[in-house]
Amino acid sequence: MVFAKEQRLVLKNYGKIDPASLEEYLAAGGYAALKKALAMNPDQIIGEVKRSGLRGRGGASFPTGLKWSFTAPLQAVQKYIVCNADEGEPGTYKDRLIMEHDPHLLVEAMTIAGYAVGATKGYIYIRGEYPQSQASLARAIENARAAGLMGENILDSGFDFDLEIRSGGFAFVCGEETAIIESIEGKRGEPRVRPPYPGVSGLWGQPTVVNNVETLANIPGILNRGGEWFARIGAAKYPGTKILTLSGDVANKAFVEAPTDTTLAEVINDFGGGVAGGKFQAVQVGGNSGGILPEALLNIPIDFDSLLAAGGSLGTGSVFVMNDTRDLAEAVKTMMRFFAHESCGKCTPCREGCRRLADFMVKLCAGNATAKDYQTAAGLAQVMNQTALCGLGQAAPTPFQTAMRFFGDRLETRLAK
Amino acid sequence: MEMVTVNIDGRKVEVPKGTTILDAAGKAGIKIPTLCYHPDQTVKANCRVCIVQVEGVELLQAACATAVAEGMAVRTNTTAVREARKTILELILAHHPQDCLTCIRNQNCELQTLAREYNIRDIRFEHVDDRIPLDLTSPGVHRDANKCIKCGRCIEVCERVQTASVYTKHDRGFDVTVSPVFNLGLGEVACINCGQCILACPVGAIYENDQHNDVWEAINDPEQHVVCQMAPAIRVSLAEEFGLNPGELAMGKIVAALRQIGFDKVMHTNFTADLTILEEGNELLQRIQNGGKLPMITSCSPGWIKFCEHFYPDFLDNLSTCKSPQQMFGALVKTYYAEKAGVDPARIYSVSFMPCTAKKFECTLPEMRSSGYQDVDAVLTTRELARMIREAGIDIARIEPEGFDPPMGMYTGAGVIFGATGGVMEAALRTVYEAVTGENLQDINFTAVRGMEGIKEATVDLAGLEVKVAVAHTTGNARKLLDAIRSGEKFYHFIEIMGCPGGCIGGGGQPIGTNNAQREKRIAAIYKEDIGMPLRKSHENPAIIQIYEEFLGQPLGHKSHELLHTHYTERSPYPFDETEDVR
Repeated sequence: MVFAKEQRLVLKNYGKIDPASLEEYLAAGGYAALKKALAMNPDQIIGEVKRSGLRGRGGASFPTGLKWSFTAPLQAVQKYIVCNADEGEPGTYKDRLIMEHDPHLLVEAMTIAGYAVGATKGYIYIRGEYPQSQASLARAIENARAAGLMGENILDSGFDFDLEIRSGGFAFVCGEETAIIESIEGKRGEPRVRPPYPGVSGLWGQPTVVNNVETLANIPGILNRGGEWFARIGAAKYPGTKILTLSGDVANKAFVEAPTDTTLAEVINDFGGGVAGGKFQAVQVGGNSGGILPEALLNIPIDFDSLLAAGGSLGTGSVFVMNDTRDLAEAVKTMMRFFAHESCGKCTPCREGCRRLADFMVKLCAGNATAKDYQTAAGLAQVMNQTALCGLGQAAPTPFQTAMRFFGDRLETRLAK
Repeated sequence: MEMVTVNIDGRKVEVPKGTTILDAAGKAGIKIPTLCYHPDQTVKANCRVCIVQVEGVELLQAACATAVAEGMAVRTNTTAVREARKTILELILAHHPQDCLTCIRNQNCELQTLAREYNIRDIRFEHVDDRIPLDLTSPGVHRDANKCIKCGRCIEVCERVQTASVYTKHDRGFDVTVSPVFNLGLGEVACINCGQCILACPVGAIYENDQHNDVWEAINDPEQHVVCQMAPAIRVSLAEEFGLNPGELAMGKIVAALRQIGFDKVMHTNFTADLTILEEGNELLQRIQNGGKLPMITSCSPGWIKFCEHFYPDFLDNLSTCKSPQQMFGALVKTYYAEKAGVDPARIYSVSFMPCTAKKFECTLPEMRSSGYQDVDAVLTTRELARMIREAGIDIARIEPEGFDPPMGMYTGAGVIFGATGGVMEAALRTVYEAVTGENLQDINFTAVRGMEGIKEATVDLAGLEVKVAVAHTTGNARKLLDAIRSGEKFYHFIEIMGCPGGCIGGGGQPIGTNNAQREKRIAAIYKEDIGMPLRKSHENPAIIQIYEEFLGQPLGHKSHELLHTHYTERSPYPFDETEDVR
């Protein structure tokens, strides 16, 4: 399906080059951004990234230039760049696309990031379920090293940088930036108390910048074509493109890289080919932690702020469509069971609450939940939003809460009579 | 120091920059509830009980983990905050056995206190019972993992302070449990039985092996002649079990209470502490003079000994061969005392009151049967002693004081200070100094080795010989010290190591609520008692002079070696070692 609005910027090399070949990456213009960066001052690079308006693509949407600017001026024994390639959000595989089809894009981006903030060491934390991505990146790093694009005195610039791959161990919670850091340190992947934030005190207590794969993948383009160019694409406050991965009851279950002012309706209908197997019931954007949204909200642009204002979340950009034959309550139950399974167990509201919400949904779907149970669950959900120690616990109730808000009747009808 | 002004619940308070909301609120007279927080540990912020509303911030913030900023406005008790707290407490309670009435921490439990203070009347979540079997594998420390609230305080004290690292978290989410590796019992891993985890635990998930009913049984058995000894730390801290400050309970009242409970004889471990000084002081001098193994390291702390056996077996030959005062006492009760009192040692049931859980392990060791019987039959902690006093209906504050029984009830201040870190060192120096120099020591206060600092060093001039000494408390500091010695960085002649923070007064058997501030108070009470003693040097104790004259002969003599000295056992730091024979 050809989607007129698609712009393959991050995915420009997808399907066009052999990902195992450094030569082909170079021939396609690869590492030009790194060369350019190494001739600039680190502050200039950060300035360009700030000008671009790039915001994190992992779900939190923090302005990338600003994040880098916290770490760049700090004096430390060692600073680090960590790439969050844990990609655990169900329905999401955008980072995998980049890692397996254009790994050098990520390697180049991390090297630029290292130079910009003063980090000479980087780690790519790739989820354990992605052995192919791990192999792809390992090969790319090797090739880059052999060609003098990684290691000591890169391209005679005086800048040293090296990358290491670390594998996750099948825990969704390790997508949280401080949990990744704990995991790389060899500890149990539990999120840390913040402050201090990783930018100040992260890996082994040193200043650490943690960025998502897709976020980093935007950097070479921004360096090559300028921050202002990037800022003009898509939504004003959340510019650029977003890779969306479609799944569920949609005709074209594929991925698309769309400018951020594209609407959900355009994504589902024009790119996705419309709802399959029935009429539209709901769409969950942003993975399991994202809101379940009704038809009335389909004309919203996919940028982070618009979705947030509407009660949803762009998150990772996964778009999961449900037609009207699907039992919404059952879907919510599955989502809540996911969180109960993935909670690390460190803090009370998430450790206990995710299980209690899952239990409630089981009870609701079985027709045994009372109005009091429902009220208790709703209250618990809010307490989790407000008191959980990390984003997992704070966002876990979202499917349930949006189901209550937009599809309340579909839940209430299942209460015990 | 930069100060900031913050507004908490409408009250303005000025505090140093970097102060947490929790501490700032305390200063403003507002008590924010906590559960995983511990003043001697790192901030964990996992219970989420201390959450508060910071104006302008949407999510509630943990007061223990959030520093105040100039002009910050905090609300600690809005309806939303209180409702959130209640929900969090209900979540914990719904996953916790609801057997408060029969729990060992009834009336002394942080969770129970919060449930009361937050007026929890309804637990809106279905109760879940994990059905984890109790861990009774250690003779000192028992566990009920069903009660665990996953605060992580036990993990931290074992990992950071003691560096034995026996606890870890297993699984994740609702199924998380805290226990030794592979879910083994404490008795199956390199647990040193120090009981610091008991003191760290806010609830009844970790507790001592309560054996006070065994002692009641012995007391009630007319055939058994029941004798007891008690550690110097008991005198200072039993007071706290009865609402008094450390040191406020007169020793004589404890003696009277013990007689009331039914002990046939009440004697004191300080007697054998003095005896230990005679034996160990001579042992040190012999090693220094005859080129024996140095540094010599004290051996009265069974938590430290087991730590040494597991993790530093290359130092076993450095340990003094002296038994602990408890065990010397036990061996003498069923020989020396039995002889003098004309009692058949087979009838003697020997009880020891200790601030310590490791001594419950120590008394079961095969090498602690020098009398021909188990030298010490039962060790009860300070907490168990308090239980017996309460059960017996004794009003300890009002009972008339009584004196100890001879021949093992007389002691000097040197024996008393064994309870504090640096005490054994100081007691030894008081005697060794005079033995070597022949001089009467004027100022016997070796203050350089006193206090809560982790490792203390001093050099003592003994008639021209510069004796280098060190004192460490907590096995974590022992590790640091021993690593420095292993690497050749440091050299000492004599080292005192106590397994617990502050020494025995900070032991795993002490009243719940033991923290470093409380340890300092107990230490002060110990040294105050020392100053008040008529005799403060072990070698001046007439009862000690007597026991050598009529029974032991010479320090380090044949009889001493038979009854008062011991040997040690190398143990693996890992479980599943076939060469290890611990059980």
